[in-house]
Amino acid sequence: MIKNFEDLKQMSAQCVSCLNAKFTGEDGKRHVVLCGGTGCLSSRSDEITAEFNKLIAEKNLGDKVTVNQVGCFGFCSQGPFVKIYPEDTLYRLVQLEDVAEIVEKDLIGGEVIDRLLYVDPNTQQKVTKQEDINFYKKQVRVALHGCGSINPENIKESIGAGAFQGLARALQMDRQAVINEVLESGLRGRGGGGFPTGRKWQFAYAQPEGQKYVVCNGDEGDPGAFMDRSILEGNPLAVIEGMMIAGYAIGAQDGYFYVRAEYPIAVNRLKMAVAQAEELGLLGDNIMGTGFSFRVHIRLGAGAFVCGEETALLNSIEGQRGMPRNRPPFPAVKGLWGCPSIINNVETLACVPYILREGKDAFAAHGTERSKGTKVFALGGKINNVGLVEIPMGTTLRELIYDIGGGIPGGKQFKAIQTGGPSGGCLTAEDLDTPIDFDNLVAKGSMMGSGGAIVMDEDNCMVDVAKFYMEFICDESCGKCTPCRIGTKRMLEILTRITDGKGTLKDLDELEELAQNIKSNSLCGLGQTAPNPVLSTLAHFKDEYIAHVVDKKCPAHICKNLMQYVINENKCIGCGACARACPVSAISKTDKLAANGKLFIHAIDQSKCIKCGMCLASCKKIQAIEKK
Amino acid sequence: MAKVNIKIEGIPFEVEAGLTILEAAKQCGFEIPSLCAFNHGECSQGSCRVCLVEATGARGLVASCVYPVAEGMEITISSPKATAARRTSVELLLSNHNKNCQQCEKNGNCELLHVAKITGARDDMYLGEQTPVTFDQLTPTIVRDTSKCVLCGRCVARCANAHGKDMGILGFEKRGFNTIVAPVENRSFIHSPCIMCGQCINVCPTGALMEKSEIARVDEAFKAGKYVIVQTAPAVRAALGEEFGMKIGTPVTGKMVAALKRLGFKKVFDTNFAADLTIMEEGTELLNRIQNGGKLPMITSCSPGWVNYAEYNYGDLLDHLSSCKSPHEMFGAILKTYYAEKIGVDPKDMFVVSIMPCSCKKYEKERPQLTTNGLADVDAVLTTRELGRLIRRAGINFQKLPDEDFDTDIVHDYSGAGVIFGVTGGVMEAALRTVYYKLTGKEYDKIAFTEVRGLEGVREATIDINGTSVSVAVANGMKSAKVLLDDIRAGKSKYLFIEIMGCPGGCINGGGQPYVRPAFLPNEEDDILDTYIQKRAAALYSEDERQVIRQSHNNPQIKALYDEFLGEPNSHKAHELLHTTYAAREKYDN
Repeated sequence: MIKNFEDLKQMSAQCVSCLNAKFTGEDGKRHVVLCGGTGCLSSRSDEITAEFNKLIAEKNLGDKVTVNQVGCFGFCSQGPFVKIYPEDTLYRLVQLEDVAEIVEKDLIGGEVIDRLLYVDPNTQQKVTKQEDINFYKKQVRVALHGCGSINPENIKESIGAGAFQGLARALQMDRQAVINEVLESGLRGRGGGGFPTGRKWQFAYAQPEGQKYVVCNGDEGDPGAFMDRSILEGNPLAVIEGMMIAGYAIGAQDGYFYVRAEYPIAVNRLKMAVAQAEELGLLGDNIMGTGFSFRVHIRLGAGAFVCGEETALLNSIEGQRGMPRNRPPFPAVKGLWGCPSIINNVETLACVPYILREGKDAFAAHGTERSKGTKVFALGGKINNVGLVEIPMGTTLRELIYDIGGGIPGGKQFKAIQTGGPSGGCLTAEDLDTPIDFDNLVAKGSMMGSGGAIVMDEDNCMVDVAKFYMEFICDESCGKCTPCRIGTKRMLEILTRITDGKGTLKDLDELEELAQNIKSNSLCGLGQTAPNPVLSTLAHFKDEYIAHVVDKKCPAHICKNLMQYVINENKCIGCGACARACPVSAISKTDKLAANGKLFIHAIDQSKCIKCGMCLASCKKIQAIEKK
Repeated sequence: MAKVNIKIEGIPFEVEAGLTILEAAKQCGFEIPSLCAFNHGECSQGSCRVCLVEATGARGLVASCVYPVAEGMEITISSPKATAARRTSVELLLSNHNKNCQQCEKNGNCELLHVAKITGARDDMYLGEQTPVTFDQLTPTIVRDTSKCVLCGRCVARCANAHGKDMGILGFEKRGFNTIVAPVENRSFIHSPCIMCGQCINVCPTGALMEKSEIARVDEAFKAGKYVIVQTAPAVRAALGEEFGMKIGTPVTGKMVAALKRLGFKKVFDTNFAADLTIMEEGTELLNRIQNGGKLPMITSCSPGWVNYAEYNYGDLLDHLSSCKSPHEMFGAILKTYYAEKIGVDPKDMFVVSIMPCSCKKYEKERPQLTTNGLADVDAVLTTRELGRLIRRAGINFQKLPDEDFDTDIVHDYSGAGVIFGVTGGVMEAALRTVYYKLTGKEYDKIAFTEVRGLEGVREATIDINGTSVSVAVANGMKSAKVLLDDIRAGKSKYLFIEIMGCPGGCINGGGQPYVRPAFLPNEEDDILDTYIQKRAAALYSEDERQVIRQSHNNPQIKALYDEFLGEPNSHKAHELLHTTYAAREKYDN
C-alpha cells in the first residue's frame, strides 16, 4: 500500500532500477519482449509468446530469460516484433516457425539472426536496433510513452516508467495551479476539434462544488485510426493518471472510461490497471494521504460512431440512446447525469501526466506557436510504412509521408492524404511542405481529427473516396436531426449517380449546396463536419468530378460503370487463363492469332463483363489486361 | 426574473433571461416557424432544424427552440442564409415524406404543410429513396404510419411525460436514414404495453399517428338499416366547437345534439345518464367494501387507458379496481336490454355509437368482457375529431346550428354529477356527492367538493362525512398514478377511494379531442397550450352548475331504472349488465 508521497518515492525508486535493469541487463538476465497490441496479436504474437515460453522451459532457460508482452511498437506493417534486451535487437515479421531459431541461435548462441532484421528499403542495409530505423527517427513519444517498452499488465513497470509522478506533483499543487500548468502547456484536445484542454477544465472547475465527472472518450471510430486503442493497450495507467489529475483539478471524484467494446484487449488491460492501482491505494479514498479520492468506472460502447461525439457519449453512459444533446448547456456545466463534466480523449489524457511530471515547458518545447506537443497519427493507405507514429506538431506532411512513412509503394504518384477521417478532408501535393498543426489543417480545409492519415495515390478515385466517407456517415448518422439524417442520404444518392455515370453538372451544384447546408445546419459535430470530404475533394479535384459527369470517365479506373477491362492485342498470348478465371464467361478467343502464331487472342464481351477484376489478376505475368 | 437585452432583426428588446430564442421572439412579436418544438420545451429535441436563425456568439445557425438568449445577443430571422436554411430543412423532410396529402386525415391540421408554406419549401427539390415504412394498424385505436413521420419526437416526449420516463413506450428505433419512432423493436402497439391513451396522436404534427377511424363502420350500420343510437360523453361538448373554429372552452351541447340529429341517428342520448348509473353502482360498491371489509382503496375503472395500464403493470392490484364498467359501456348494456325491450327493437338490430373524447374507448369496446348476451355493448366509437369530420362531410354549418335537446326518453336525464366525469377529479366528486348522501342521509350543503378539483398530477383530500374522515386521492396520467399504486403495493396507502384517469387532465384532454395547435388558432391567446385544459374543464363545471339536479342519486330516470329493471345497485342483474372483470397481461406478448 502506498499511503503517502514518501511511499511512492520509495516504490518508484525500486521500480525504476528494476525496469532499467531489464533494459541494461544489469539483472544478469535477457529479456524477450513481444508486441502485444491488437495488430500483432492478430498476427499470432500470442502463439509466438507461448512458443517462447515453451521452448525456454524446455531448454531450462527460465532463470536466465524472461518473456513478456508490451504495447504496440507502432510499425504495424512489420509486425509481429520480438525485441531482445539488453542487446536491443529487434526482429520483425517474426513467424511461429522462427521462434526455435531465435531461442537456439540468439538466446543460447548469442548470435543475431540476420534474416529477421529490418531492411532499409532505400539503402538495403540491415538495421539491428529500433532507434536506427527511419520510421522511428523523427518520432517523439509523449502520448505513447511506455508503449512498446513496458509491460502494461504490470503496474510496477509503469511506475518504473514514471507513472504517478505527475499525479504526485499535482496533488502538491493548488488546483488552479494544475489547471494553469495544463493551460500554459498549450495542450489542445486530441480527439477532434483541438479545444484547449485547460480551458475545458477551467469551465468545470468554475462550477459550484459537488458531484462532477471526468469522462475519458475512448470511442475511437474514425476508419483506420487506432492510437487510442494502442495507448490503452500499451500504457493504460498513463490515461488513468491523466484522468485523476483532471479529477483533482476540477473537483471530481469519479471518472468514467467509455471504450469501444471492440477493444477487448484495451478494456482488459484497463481493468487490470485499475485493479492494481486500487490494490496499491493509488485509486480509491484518500489517495496518498492527501484527502483526494477518486474512483474509475468503465463503460463499453456498442460501436456507434456518433457516441464519440461527447454529448451522445454521455447519453450512452447514462443508458440512453446515443444521440447528441443540444448545446448550451455545455457538458462542463451540465454533463453526465446533469453534473458538470469534462470529456477528454484518451490521447489528451495520456499527455497530461507528462505535462505534470516533466513540466509544461518540456511539453511546449515541441510543436508550433498554437499547437504544442506531439500528435499520434495512424498512417495508412498507399504508404510503405503503415503504422502508428507520434510526431512533434509542426512536422511537415513531406516528412510524415516520405521520411517516416517511407513514401508511396510501387513508385506511384502521391495524390492526397486524408486527415480527420470522415470529418476531415484531403491535403494534396501542394500542401506537402505544410507544417502539421491544428490550425494549418483547418485552414487547408481538413482537420486534425483523431489522427487518422490515409495516403492516396494516382490509383485512387477521389469521387469514390468522397462516396466512401459519405456512406460511412450515412451508416453512422444517429438519425436525430434532419440535415444529417436526410441530407447526407441525398448527398450519397447524388455521389452514387455520379460514380454510376448518371450524374449531371446540376448534380454537382446541388451536391455543393447541400454540403454547405448540412455543414451549417446540423445539430452536432458529426453532421457539421460530414460534408467535409465532399467539399474538400470538390475543391481540390473538381476535374475528377467533371470527368465523371461530363466525359463519363473515371480517371483512376475505379468506378465500375465508368471503366472497362480490355485485352491488349499486342500483348495477349492467347493462353486462356483469363477466360478460365472469368466467373461469367465474358472472355472468349477471337479468330486472330497472337504474336506467337500458335494461339488465338482473347477478347472481353463488355455486355457480359461484371468488372470483378479476376482476369486482371489472372494475367499478372503477361499484363495484357488493362483498365480503360 | 433577470432580464437580458437582445436585438431581433436589429430592434432592441428586453426579455427574460433563460428563454429560448423562439419564445423570446414570440414575446417580441416574431413568429419563427418550428416543428419539433412543442409546449415550452416539452419536446426539446432541437432536431428538425426548421427554426434555424442566426445569433451572434454562436457557430453556424442555431435551433431557436433550444438555444437560450444571452445578453447582447443579436438575432436575425430573415437573412438569406437563415431563410434558405429553414427552407432546406423542410425540403429535406418533404423529400422523405409520403405526400398523399389529399387522403391524409391530418390535412388542415398538418404542421409540416404549414411550415412548408411559411418557408416556401418546394416539394420536389430533393428526390430520392424513402425510409422503409412501418404501417401499424393492428390496434383498434392508433394507426402508426412512419411514412408521415418527421421524427420530431413530440410523441416520445408526451408518452414519457404523461406516463413516466420509464413507462413511455415510444422511442427512436434504428439509425440514420432508417430511424423511426416506434415501440421497442418496432413492435406493433398491440404487442407492447401501450395503454392506447392517444396522447401521442394529440401531439403528432403530421399524419404519422392517428386514431383508427370508424366512420366507415358507422356508415355501414346506417346502410344496413340498423337502429343506430348515439351517445356522447361529457367531455365532447366542451371541445367539439374547436373543430369549427369556436373558442376553446365554449360548451356546445345544444349544437352537438342538433348536428347528431341531422346526421340521422335514431336517438341521441347523453352518456351522462350512464355516468349517474356508474355512480350508483360504484358508490354502492365502495360502501360495501368499506362496510364489509372489502379490498381498499377502491380505484375507479372508467378510464380504459388506466385499466390497460393496471393490467400490464399492476396485475397484483386488479382487485382494487371497481368492477363497474365504464359509463358508455353500461349505457350500451342498458340500451340493448332494458331500452330495447321498452321500445320493441331487437338488440341485434341495434347499433350503439359512442362519441368519445378518448381514443382508447375504441379498444375498450372490443374487450370480450364488455358484451351482453353475446352482443358487444357498444358497436362503434368515434372521437370528437371524427365527429367533426362527420359533421363537415354532411355539409352542416355547425356554428349556425340551433341548440337542441337530447332525445326525451326513459334514459335521457342526467345530473350535474354526470357531466363533470369529463375532468380529472370529476368521478371522485360525483361519487362523493352520492356517498355523502348515503352515509348521512342528507345532501352535502355545498354540493361541490372543490377539494378534489384541479390539474395537479396527484391530489388528495380528506372529507369529513358525519364525523368520519374519508381520505381520497385523484391521479391523472400514469406517471402520477404510479406513485399511488406503489404505495398500495407497499401497503402504505391511506386512502379509501382513488380516482385514476389515463390522460393528464382527464377526458377533456383525451386522445380523441381536437388538436390544440397554436399555429392554427390565431384567435386564441399565446398561452393557449397552458390554459386549454382549464378552459375545457370550466365548460363542464359550468354545465354542472346549470343543472337543476346535481347528484346522481337524484336522477329520476335512474331511480326508475332500478325500480323497474335492475332492482337495486349491485343487484344480481346489475352485476350481470354493469360490471366487468380484469386480467393481468404480459407486457410483451410475443
